[in-house]
Amino acid sequence: MAGAELGLGHYMAVSAALFTIGVFGIFVNRKNIIVILMSIELILLSVNINMVAFSVFNGTIMGQVFAMLVLTVAAAEAAVGLAILVVYFRNRGEIAVEDVNVLRG
Amino acid sequence: MTLIAFYILSSIVVASALFVVAARNPVHSVLWLILTFFTSAGLLVLIGAEFLAMLLVVVYVGAVAVLFLFVVMMLDIDFVALKQGFQNYLVIGILLALTLLAEIGIVVAAATFGGGTTFDPNPGGVTNAEALSNVLYDDYLLLFQMCGIVLLVAMIGAIVLTLRSRPSVKRQNIAQQTGRKRKDAVELKDVRPGQGIP
Repeated sequence: MAGAELGLGHYMAVSAALFTIGVFGIFVNRKNIIVILMSIELILLSVNINMVAFSVFNGTIMGQVFAMLVLTVAAAEAAVGLAILVVYFRNRGEIAVEDVNVLRG
Repeated sequence: MTLIAFYILSSIVVASALFVVAARNPVHSVLWLILTFFTSAGLLVLIGAEFLAMLLVVVYVGAVAVLFLFVVMMLDIDFVALKQGFQNYLVIGILLALTLLAEIGIVVAAATFGGGTTFDPNPGGVTNAEALSNVLYDDYLLLFQMCGIVLLVAMIGAIVLTLRSRPSVKRQNIAQQTGRKRKDAVELKDVRPGQGIP
């Protein structure tokens, strides 16, 4: 894997590290929903890097198209998530995620 | 040379991603996130996916990160209280991260993937953006248009969620203003001397 040439393994390693950091961020920042959303963005970024790397090293352009779709979904998700966050803050005055159990019967 | 650039960029990516989740202040987290996106765009440029790299900068740095920055700065949050419990979850978090990384490593090491270390940045002599547009507007037209629908729905959803009508705020009613007639607004009275208006 770690040859003299830049290969698919290099990019997969970076992607795996980013994914792990994203999951780690979700775990350690249990109360801070803003950082949780940022961790989700990190995970999506790692997926994107993986898709583009596979696309380039396999010589097919398909993966880059799917990376664009993932990018779209990530943008939409960030917009809606932050809107929900703003509404929640407006109603409750704080954003502690552990207290979000209003819907629990 | 490419390999050196890759190692520099990837170490910056991983380090700044770590700072995103570890920073005390969410504003700093957003700034580290911007650095992560920028350097990963550099990683994509390195393998000849320029269009995706520029898209990453435009969408993530230009839209998503700025959105995060707005929200973080707009909400009045006690950041110190949110950071409590970080130590409690740190150990299990690290354990989980290492387990996950090991699992990914085992799977990746066991599998074989097509494609070698060589790649052609401009296959067929066309640039990356051209190659992408050749399939995007042809084979994947439906997906492309569904992307537009997803963005539209997200936009409408965000507006509907955050829009609130505040009755206490006085606003102009344009239709009412332009629909005013002279007879509604002005009334002529004939006032006689020595008498008031009845």
